[in-house]
Amino acid sequence: MLTRRIIPCLDIKSGRVVKGVQFEGLRDAGDPVALARRYDLEGADELTFLDITATSDKRATLVDLVERVSRELFIPFTVGGGIRSLDDMHAMLAAGADKVSVGTAAVRDPGLIAEAARTFGAQFLVVSLDVKRVGDRWMLTTHGGRTATDVDALDFAERMADAGAGELLLNDMSADGTRDGFGIELLRAVTSRVSVPVIASGGAGTIAHFVDAVTLGGADAVLAASVFHFGTLQICDVKRGMAAAGIPIRPVSRPPSADSEAALAKTATAGDAP
Amino acid sequence: MIAIVDYGAGNVRSVQKALAFVGAAAQLTADADEIRAASRVVFPGQGHFGQAMARLHSTGLDAVLKEVVAAQTPFLGICLGLQLLFDGSDEAPGVPGLGLLRGRCVRFEAPRKVPQIGWNAVRATQPGSCLDPVLAAEHQHFYFVHSYHVQATNLEHVVGVADYAGDFTAAVRHGSLFAAQFHPEKSGQAGLALLRSWLQGDASC
Repeated sequence: MLTRRIIPCLDIKSGRVVKGVQFEGLRDAGDPVALARRYDLEGADELTFLDITATSDKRATLVDLVERVSRELFIPFTVGGGIRSLDDMHAMLAAGADKVSVGTAAVRDPGLIAEAARTFGAQFLVVSLDVKRVGDRWMLTTHGGRTATDVDALDFAERMADAGAGELLLNDMSADGTRDGFGIELLRAVTSRVSVPVIASGGAGTIAHFVDAVTLGGADAVLAASVFHFGTLQICDVKRGMAAAGIPIRPVSRPPSADSEAALAKTATAGDAP
Repeated sequence: MIAIVDYGAGNVRSVQKALAFVGAAAQLTADADEIRAASRVVFPGQGHFGQAMARLHSTGLDAVLKEVVAAQTPFLGICLGLQLLFDGSDEAPGVPGLGLLRGRCVRFEAPRKVPQIGWNAVRATQPGSCLDPVLAAEHQHFYFVHSYHVQATNLEHVVGVADYAGDFTAAVRHGSLFAAQFHPEKSGQAGLALLRSWLQGDASC
C-alpha cells in the first residue's frame, strides 16, 4: 500500500541551516548535509531544502549543496526558494535535485509550469501555494505571504494540476508557525478538487496534527520544519503515532545498519571540517 | 565496466552516485560500442514514453539495447526503463516500445492520485530474483514516481508487485534482465541493498 510521507524541511541561508537545534551526536547542526543525514536515519521519507538566501551568490551555494546531498543521501529531495525559470530548474536537475518547488514564479507566469512539465516532466515539479483566508475565499499570496494577490487559490490549484504539476505543496499562511495544526478546511477544499498528491505544510505542533492532516484533510504527505528542527517531535515518533491511527507509513523499524553507522561516523568527521 | 545508458531522460546521475556509494564505478554513456562492451548495463529513465523511444530510435540505441539483452548481459531497467522494454504504452499510442517483453503500459485510473508518488511495499510473486535478499532483510518499501504501470502478458516475467488500490507490476525479470518500476537509487537503504544484490547476481538475476 502507498504510504503517507513525512517530509522535514530545512531552511537554508548561504549554504547553512538556520534555526537548527543541537542534536545529540551531530557536531555541526548548521551543516545541511549532516542534518539531512540525521533526518534520513530517523525515517524521513523525503527532504525539502528551502533556500532563503537573498544575495547574488545564491545559485552557486545552492548548486554546491544539491551536489553534496545527492552524493550522500539516497532518498528523494526537493529544492525550493527563488526558482524562477527553466534555467534555474535545469541547474538544480543537473546538480542532482529530484524535484523543484516553485511558488511566486508560478503565480507571476502561469505558463511556466506547463513549459517546465513539457521539459522536465511532472515528477520534477512541486507547485507551492501560500494561501490566506480573505472573507469566505482562499486567496494566494506571494513572497512568503507578504504580498496579496487577486488569485483564487482553489482555481489556481486546479490550473497548476492541469498544467502538469506533479504535486501541490499547500501552506496555510494563517496556520504557519502557530503550531496549532494544519489548516484542515483548506486541505479538504484542495484535496477534494485535484487528482495530484497534496503536501500539507504549516502549523504542525503535535503528532495529532499530522494524523489530522491525513485523516481529516486528505493530505498525501506532511511537511514540517520547526518541530523537527527544535527537537519538539522526532520523525519516528510521528510515524508511530500515525501508524497507531491506522495510517500506512514506511516503518523505521530496523536498527542502524553498517551503512548508517558509517554515515554517522562520516557526519562526525564532516563536522570537524572547517 | 558498468554502463548507464545516457539518452537524455531525467536524473541519470543519481543512479551513478548510488552505484558509486555501494562501491561500483559506472559510466554514463550513449556510445554503442561502450554499451556493447559493458559487463553490466543500467537503463534508467524518467519522462515521456514517446519522447524516450524517439531518442533511442534516432541514436540507434534501441538496437544496441536489444543486442545486449540478447547477449545475456546483466541488465537493470529503472522506472521508464522498465516500461520501454515492453510493446507500448497508452502514454504514446502507436509508438512501439523495445518489445523485449510482451505487454503494455496503462495509466492509473481515478480515484487514485496520479502520479503515484511515494513509498510502497513490494511483495515477491516469484522466488529467485535479486529482490529476495532485500525483502528477506525486511526492506519492503521502495520509492515510486509514475503515472503508468505495465500489464505484462506473461506473468512469469513478473517477480514483484505492490498495491495501489489493486496490485500493479513493481519488478520484472527475464533471463539476465531485471527491471524495477521503483527507483532503487532513491529508495534509501532498501534501494542500496537492491543495487548490491543486483551487482552480486549472476546472469540469471
